[in-house]
Amino acid sequence: MPQSFFGGVSFILSKYWSLFLRGTVITVVVSLSGTIFGFLIGLIVALLRTIPVHKSDKPLKKLSVRFLSVILSAYIEVFRGTPMIVQAMVIYYGGLSKALSGLHDIYKGIVSAIIIISINTGAYMAEIIRGGIISVDSGQMEGALSIGMTYRQVMFNVIFPQAIRNVMPSIGNEFVVNIKDSSVLNVISVAELYFMSKSAAGAYYRYFEAFFITAVIYFILTFTVTRILRFIERKMEGKDSYTIHGSQSYSKASIHITSESKTITGGGLK
Amino acid sequence: MSNINNINTNNSNSNAILEIVNLEKRFGENNVLRDISMSVFEGEVVSIIGSSGAGKSTLLRCINLLEEPSGGDILFHGKSIITDRQSISRYRAKVGMVFQQFNLFNNMTVLQNCVVGQVKVLGRSRAEAEETAIMYLDRVGMYAFSDALPRQISGGQKQRAAIARALCMNPEVILFDEPTSSLDPEMVGEVLGVMRYLAKGGMTMLVVTHEMSFAREISSRVVFMDSGIIEEADTPDVIFTSPKKERTRAFISSIL
Ligand SMILES: Nc1ncnc2c1ncn2[C@@H]1O[C@H](COP(=O)(O)OP(=O)(O)O)[C@@H](O)[C@H]1O
Ligand SMILES: [Mg+2]
Repeated sequence: MPQSFFGGVSFILSKYWSLFLRGTVITVVVSLSGTIFGFLIGLIVALLRTIPVHKSDKPLKKLSVRFLSVILSAYIEVFRGTPMIVQAMVIYYGGLSKALSGLHDIYKGIVSAIIIISINTGAYMAEIIRGGIISVDSGQMEGALSIGMTYRQVMFNVIFPQAIRNVMPSIGNEFVVNIKDSSVLNVISVAELYFMSKSAAGAYYRYFEAFFITAVIYFILTFTVTRILRFIERKMEGKDSYTIHGSQSYSKASIHITSESKTITGGGLK
Repeated sequence: MSNINNINTNNSNSNAILEIVNLEKRFGENNVLRDISMSVFEGEVVSIIGSSGAGKSTLLRCINLLEEPSGGDILFHGKSIITDRQSISRYRAKVGMVFQQFNLFNNMTVLQNCVVGQVKVLGRSRAEAEETAIMYLDRVGMYAFSDALPRQISGGQKQRAAIARALCMNPEVILFDEPTSSLDPEMVGEVLGVMRYLAKGGMTMLVVTHEMSFAREISSRVVFMDSGIIEEADTPDVIFTSPKKERTRAFISSIL
């Protein structure tokens, strides 16, 4: 057992690399799945919370929308207002552990982690996405209604795609947060990176060296994910040029135009 | 030039596309529309003028059911659209609307803007919808910009695309709410040109506008609204040169 810092680091790495690797994989799996499911939960909650109620609607619809909105805001408030580490304990020992008792320990941990992260992330996503929906100007909703599209059609074809694009940075940020915060799930023995690091560190009492390695891995993960997300965001912005079609004749001939020359006027009236 | 033969012949409402009957609209305590009655006949261009806050936009929005009327009725070919909420989609497709702020879908190209409604509301195939869209985009001089996103084109082009989007639904009447009011002056002409072209082609139109010379030129009738009521409705010549009501006279002289 080498005494120097770097000696210790390389010793732990060579002896426990597979622990770190497995922990890293589980961390990525649970945080990615948790973010995706959380996004879906948030999407549904945001959709339900933005259902408009008209005076002319049936009393039953008005009542159920109001009831739903109370339930959903309670969910959002509670899960944003308590630490995930506490939520994990309450949910896990409040029945989840028993419900998953048929599973092998590793899978039980992974499934529990995904469920807890999803519910927690869903609460944040719901507010993020609702903000995104509200940020799309209401004129587009009216434009779509005015040609006869239904509320649902407008939501899915017009408002949602824009809302999601607007909140992409915040969604990516939730993923990064989840990579880091999934570490608290070691309290319910999920075999993620932090939990594995503890085992590696505890064997020879080399906490500094082991958690130095852990820190580096977390940083590489979040750094890489941040870069990838920024790349995707840029792709999603869409092209800033378009093709000008030969007017009048619908000919295949076309000119490629960049946004700088966008004020060129099209063909006149026939 | 204007078609004046159907003023005061409202007793035979058989060919009225739209009949507005004692329409009321309140926002809380604010009585924005009071006892509005008017009809729009096939092929007519009816302009609505009046100072800001008169209730012109609210009237158009009520007609398209973007606002819930507080009282009265709106008849489309003699049938109330207020009691029959089932067919609201089909009704709205037949009553196009063009907005001051264009209200194009920002996530879609000009062509897609014109296609989506046809596919979703009218159930047309994509190919058929695209063909129709291209035809109308060409008519408003926007075919060249089919692939452009709204943020890539000028205000005048956006408004022409919005008109094409409305036309693609084959509406029986189009409501225009100050279609040129948010345009730079040099772009007003291209949009008015398209509207003039539609009017000549026999399109039934209900136009809220501050472009008085345009209203005078293309309207069959001009409706002057003042604080929530129709103060006077007559031929453009009467409204602009010899209005019968004092308020109309005051408004006309204030803007000419
Ligand atoms: N959604 C609304 N809520 C409350 N008041 C409104 C609303 N929309 C319009 N109003 C009021 O109705 C009146 C008429 O507005 P509007 O129809 O926009 O007038 P115009 O288009 O003739 O300028 C104004 O006093 C306006 O403040
Ligand atoms: Mg207005």
